[in-house]
Order: sequence, then C-alpha cells, then structure tokens
Amino acid sequence: MLDLECLRLIWWVLFGVLFIGFAVTDGFDLGIAALLPFVAKNDLERRVVLNTIGPVWEGNQVWIILAAGAIFAAWPLVYAVAFSGLYFVILLLLLTMGISRPVSFKYRSKLKNPVWRFCWDAAVFIGGLVPALIFGLLVGNVLQGLPFRYDEQIRLSYEGGFWALFNPFACWCALTSLFMLIMHGGIYLALKTEALLANRALRFSKGAAILFMLFFAGGGLWAAYAIVGYEVTSVLSPEGYSNPLHKEVVKRLGAWLLNYSRYPFTLAAPVLGFLGAAAAMLSVQGKALKTAFLCSALSLFGVISTVGVSMFPFIIPSSLDPASSLLVWDASSTQLTLFLMLIAALIFVPLIVLYTAWVYYVLRDKVTAKEIKENI
Amino acid sequence: MLPSDSVVLLSRWQFGLTALYHFLFVPLTLGLSNLLGIMETVYFITRRPIWRTMTQYWGLLFGINVAMGVATGITLEFQFGTNWAYYSQYVGDIFGAPLAIEGLMAFFLESTFIGLFFFGWDRLSRGAHLIVTWLLALGSSFSALWILIANGWMQHPTGAFFNFHTMRMELSNFYEVIFNPVAQAKFVHTISAGYVTGSMFVLSISAYFLLRNRNVAFAKRSMMVAAAFGLASALSVVVLGDESGYLADLNQKMKIAAIEGQWETEPAPAPLTLIGWPDEKLHATRYAVKVPYVLGLIATRSLHTPVYGIFDLVDDARNRIKDGVVAYTALLALQKNPNDKAAEMVLSVHQENLGYGLLLKRYTSDVAHATPELIEKAAWDTVPKVGVLFWAFRVMAGLGFFFILLFGTAYYFTIRRGATKRRWFLWVAFLSLPLPWLACEVGWVVAEFGRQPWVVEGELPTFLAASTLAVQDLWISIGGFVFFYSLLAVIEIFLMVKYIRLGPEALFKPKDFGLNKVEPPLKSSLSYY
Repeated sequence: MLDLECLRLIWWVLFGVLFIGFAVTDGFDLGIAALLPFVAKNDLERRVVLNTIGPVWEGNQVWIILAAGAIFAAWPLVYAVAFSGLYFVILLLLLTMGISRPVSFKYRSKLKNPVWRFCWDAAVFIGGLVPALIFGLLVGNVLQGLPFRYDEQIRLSYEGGFWALFNPFACWCALTSLFMLIMHGGIYLALKTEALLANRALRFSKGAAILFMLFFAGGGLWAAYAIVGYEVTSVLSPEGYSNPLHKEVVKRLGAWLLNYSRYPFTLAAPVLGFLGAAAAMLSVQGKALKTAFLCSALSLFGVISTVGVSMFPFIIPSSLDPASSLLVWDASSTQLTLFLMLIAALIFVPLIVLYTAWVYYVLRDKVTAKEIKENI
Repeated sequence: MLPSDSVVLLSRWQFGLTALYHFLFVPLTLGLSNLLGIMETVYFITRRPIWRTMTQYWGLLFGINVAMGVATGITLEFQFGTNWAYYSQYVGDIFGAPLAIEGLMAFFLESTFIGLFFFGWDRLSRGAHLIVTWLLALGSSFSALWILIANGWMQHPTGAFFNFHTMRMELSNFYEVIFNPVAQAKFVHTISAGYVTGSMFVLSISAYFLLRNRNVAFAKRSMMVAAAFGLASALSVVVLGDESGYLADLNQKMKIAAIEGQWETEPAPAPLTLIGWPDEKLHATRYAVKVPYVLGLIATRSLHTPVYGIFDLVDDARNRIKDGVVAYTALLALQKNPNDKAAEMVLSVHQENLGYGLLLKRYTSDVAHATPELIEKAAWDTVPKVGVLFWAFRVMAGLGFFFILLFGTAYYFTIRRGATKRRWFLWVAFLSLPLPWLACEVGWVVAEFGRQPWVVEGELPTFLAASTLAVQDLWISIGGFVFFYSLLAVIEIFLMVKYIRLGPEALFKPKDFGLNKVEPPLKSSLSYY
C-alpha cells in the first residue's frame, strides 16, 4: 500500500482531475445552454442547438456527481463544510443544474405547444447560466476562506450568511467562469453545427474568450495583491491523523503566491490558462475548430490548476478560525479508504474515458436542421 | 453546538420526502431497463420488427421516467453534505466509498449509454444497440448494488471502528462492507421489487390497450414478457424479503419486535402476529391474531431461539447505555490527553456501546454524569414508532403475496392464450398499477423508520448527525422542494398519461409497427429533443 502522504497528494490531484473532467465535458453543455437564446433565433435552430448536447450532457454531468462522491469518500471533512456551509448555493446549483436541466432536455420537444417549449428553453438557459456562475462564485469564496470553525469535539459550525457570498471578488470569479465556459461551449457548438449557427456561436466564443482573459488576469492580480491568503506556520506531519485542530495558520497578504516562488514550474498553470484561450482564438481564426476545442480545454485545465496550486496545501481555509482550515494533510479519509478508492479509480476511469470516447465517435456527425425537419 | 430538535425533525422530513419521491422513479427505471433489454434481445434473435417497436415505445415511457429519476437522485447525494454534515464527517471514510464507486462503475455507464439508447437506433448495428441497452440496464442495477451496500452499512455497520484521534468511524475491512449480508439481501430484495414494478407497469398498460381493443398484437407480446419476468421477480422479492427478516434479527432485533408489535419476549418458537392493534401508550398489541411457530422460523431459522420483545430489548439498551457512558467518559479523558493509555484501554473495551452513550446527548451535555431518569428516557428512545412499522410492514408483505398471485394468474392466462378474453382479469391488472409503488414506499418506511433513533445502527444517533442549520433555512428548502417536486410530478404524470393514451402510435403509424415483417423507420418524430 502507498503511504498516507502519497495517497493524500494523489487524491488532491484526482480532485482536480475530476473537476477538469467536468469543466471540459459538461462545461461546454453549460456554455451552450447559456448561449441558447442568443445563438438560436427560432424553434428549429433551438432544436439543433439542444441536439448537439442532447445525447451527451447526461454522461458529462456525471463528472460533477463523481467529484462530489469522491470528495465525500476522500475528503469527508471538506464535503461536510462545503455542502452544509454553502447550503443555499448548493441547493441552487442542485435546482438549476441537477433537477430542472435533465427534465428540460427530455420533456421540451414532447409537446408542440410554444409556451411549453418556451418554458423549458428558459429552464435550459438558466440551467446553463446559473451553474456556470456558481462554480466561479464558489472558487472566489473558497480563495477568501469560509467562516467555519470546529469545537474540541470536531463538531462543525458555520457562521456566515447567504448574501455574504456575493462579495465583489467572488462575483468577479463568477463572471470569469461564465466567460470561460461560453468560450468553450461556443467552440463545441460550432463544431457540431452548420455554417450559420456555427458562425454565430464563434462570434460569441471569441468575445467571451477576450473577456475571459481580461477577467482571469484581473482576478489573478486581485488574488495576489488584495486578497488575504493563508499560510501554515506550525510543523505538520503529512502522515498525521485527519484532525484539523493540530496546527497553526496565519492570514497573510500574498500568501497565495508562495507556491509559485517555491516551485517556479507551477507558473505553467496560469500561463496555460492564458495561452490556451489565446491559441483557441487563433485556431478559430484559422478555421481549425478541433484544435480550438483542444486549446480551450487546455485553458480550462490551466485555470483550475491555478486555483489548486495557489491554495495548496489548503483545500478550504477558515476565515473565522484559521487553525480550523482544512488541508490536504488533515482532512482526508484513512490510508485504507484512499488506497481502495485509488484502485477503483484506476480501474474505472480509463474504462469511462474509453466508452465515452466511443459514444462521441458514434455521434460524431454534425446536427443539421434538415435531419430534424425530416422527423417532425 | 448541536442542531436543535426542530432542525433535526425538519432535516429528517426533508430527507424522507425527497428520498421517497426519488424512489417513485427508481423501481420503474430498474425494472423497465431490464424489460427493454429482454424485448430487444427477442428482436435481435427473431428479427421480428414488432419487438423493436415494443422496445422503442416502452423506451419512450422509460425516458420520461428516467429524467425524473436522475433529477431527484442527485438531491440525495448532495443532501448528505448539506443537511447531514456531521454524519458525512463521522462516517464518510466508510460510507463515501460505495457512493463514489457507484458513480465510477454504475452511474457513468447508465448516463453515457442512455444517450445512445435513444439516439443510436440509426447509427448502430442491431447487435451494438442491443449491447448499449444491456449496458444501460446493467448500469442501473449496479447503481442499486452500491447504494444498497451503503444503506446496508447504515443498518448493519461492519468493517469499521471508532478512532478517537479523528472523532469519527474509520474503515478497517472493506470486504466486510461489500459482502455485508444485510446489504446483499437488501440489494436482491430491492432490485426484485424494481423488476416487479417494471413488470406491473408493462402488464397494466398492456391490459389497458387490450381493454380498449387496440394494439392487440403489441399488447399481448408485452404482456407475455411482463407476466414471466414479473412472476420470477415477485417470488424473488418475497423470498429475499424473508432473508432480510432473518438478517435483521441478527442486529436489529428492535426493528423486528416493532414490526411484530411484540412487547414481551415470546418463548421459542415464536408465533407470527398476523394482525392486531399496537397500542403504544399501553405498551401492548391488542386483538392480536397469531400464527404459531412462523416468526420463530423466519427470524431465527430455528425452533429453539426466542424472539425478543420490546421490554427485554429496552432493558438491554439500558445496560448498553450505562456501558456507553463509561466509553464516553474515557473518550473525554482522551481528548484532554491523547496519550492516556488507561483511558484508551477503557475505550477499546467499551467502544461497541459508545453509540448508546451518545443517545444521552439529546438530554444532557454532561453524559458522564447522566441520571438514571435520563438513561431510562434514552433507553426508551431506542424503540421506533411501533404502529407505523406494524402497519407499513403488513401493507408491504400483503402486497408482495398479491403480486405473486397476480403475476401467476397473468402467466397462466398468457401461456394458455386466454388473457385477452377475460376482461375481469384485464381490469384487475390495470387497476393494480399503483400497488408496486405503494409497496416500495412502505418498504423503505419499514427499513429506515425502523432504524430510528439511529442513523447508523448502534453507532450514531440521528439527532447528532444533522447539520447545524437554522430552522428557517430548513423551512425554505423544504418549501422549495415541495413546490418544485409537486410541479414536476404534475408535468411528469401529464406526459406519461398522454403518451400512454397515444400508445405506440406516438412513434409510428400502426401499419409500420412491424407486424408484416416490414421494418418500421429507425427514427420518429420523438427521436430528437
């Protein structure tokens, strides 16, 4: 069996892998859904747009369900703090993405009534827009720390309100995430549709990419020079028990930059975030859409890695009682659980990637207005 | 800070309502996905196009149902974190793993292939599509397996221990968690119940077509599949339900006693109370009609082992609580000084009753000095609501036997080719449509309500497990769930009824059903979103 330190590090990486898997796959579903009312002008066009993601969104969404399950299994303390502390944001995510979106896709075209279809289209749009914003909002708040603490029996209490989450920095991050996913979604939509829709999608994608790069740069500077970061000041055993009360933590401006000076290679993450987006746009200009999609995916990879690297070893810092912060080293499951879950992941993740790739291969054709018209 | 009593109560209502609502869609998904697999296999082997029409039409109804199943399932996974944060933190090391593996092994499979099931008819060969359909069915059954392994652990927590360093339970033996006999019996019992539900759905709607004398060839074939599959499943439900009863007696004696309304310990072999009126104030079950020997056989598989009554089990709980106080006192000492070897020794000896000690936390923060009155109160807390369990169990078990009878009759009539002529039977089959759902729901009430006051049997009391939220937060979220779930229920039933009334004509013109060995078109107006 691998040692606990190693397993914790692996599961921290896998945590990121699952979110990246989600962002790269379901991210384009969310982006396309948020674009729906803007790129599609009539019912037929809306159906074309919906059918580009219709057969695949459900599998894509499992990445986030799996990510939640993996946090539960590998980081139970993180799961408990994040989900109960951010109660209404999680419920909003659940309502828009988890509850109304699946039903919207399946029920929308089962009736011809335009009011019926309008309502479901609205639900699809909200189910794309709101989650895309929420993911950024969550990152923005976690970077600033959440107001929770543990008592000596490790019983959790969360002492913050719902509206406090909508602070300026978090809202900035929310917009960054939205622009990023619209960039990504626009490219996928263009890949799957014919000229007219594709061109419209690309116009939005390009605009979003520029905004995304500006917001990402601004957010980076903001986090580096105006957001108070966290730093562990006591010696901590990476093999220790998962008890978050055995360390000292201070808040310090610039603490989120420490890892970049300590390990300069990690600068690759934010650089990739930018270069990916820029390269995606150049590829769009050169009509190389598949390359553009790949570059956009790399940009998402870079952005999510940037958040992880900046905060390491913190997973959720506590703004109320910094010593209660959750670290990679003190918030995990046991060695046995992490090891068994790793085995399961090593068996199933490659299988998942394999059969998902096959499904995409089967569904590789563009969705055309003609084929939908023929089957009305 | 512990959550208040009203927060605990509302959290339980929210979880109970959303879980029961989710389970309106799960059994049909389980049953229908396998029936789709069977129908498409017949199509693959015989090449008779009507079997593809059947797969596609029942698949259409499956799709309407499964959207709701997916939508309401995520709620449950998220709720462990949102509303049961202490539970998540306390047992996440064990309970999280089967949930995550469910995602890896089952939900991904199901969700990825469901798209191809609907969109792949014209893109895949017949064989490839058949494989996709079976992978979809396999995914849904695997999903049930891992969820019930997780649930089985809450009923019968094996392979884990309490670690005072981390103040939580930790995994010691994953093999015991997976091959937990309670989980295995529950799995087969639950998926069989799902198969019965799916079969009843197909049987009842086929009966509806036959009563209206339409789509006769289509309905007869569907009824044949449903009758055979339903009979096998109904037998399996009852047999495995019996196995669950036997296993429950190993560690959930209180649940059995409450189901039976059995207050006094019965000498072996114990009689089964067929019917009666449990009176919780008087601590007696009145007007009981008993069948000798039967309970002893079900619960203990022997003629010599007694089945314990509630009074004796409360006595036992009282002793365990006293022992739990010793464990808790040692735990407090260890929190002050983790190197206190004497306290560690005491805790390890009394650890199995620590959960019983925690029951006192509802009444006092000073568990170490709890008075005998509080211990008495906590001991009686271990008795679940006897009336609810008594009746819920009888409804479930009665329906179980009715399903065997109904599917047995259906099977007999279909092999004798007489079902279509007997209108009384068609009416019975049609009107029985809601019954499997009723049986499934009360089944979960027996399983989960019967586990109270524990969230993890004997280890963690429910009232400790809830998140520390404000009461108004709970009211808002329950209000939201009730509003959106009611709205969705109306929409779902509306669409379901509409497409049942349209029948397979919703997809193809009757001449295209494939009876004349002419392949119907691979796509229909409903092939796209």
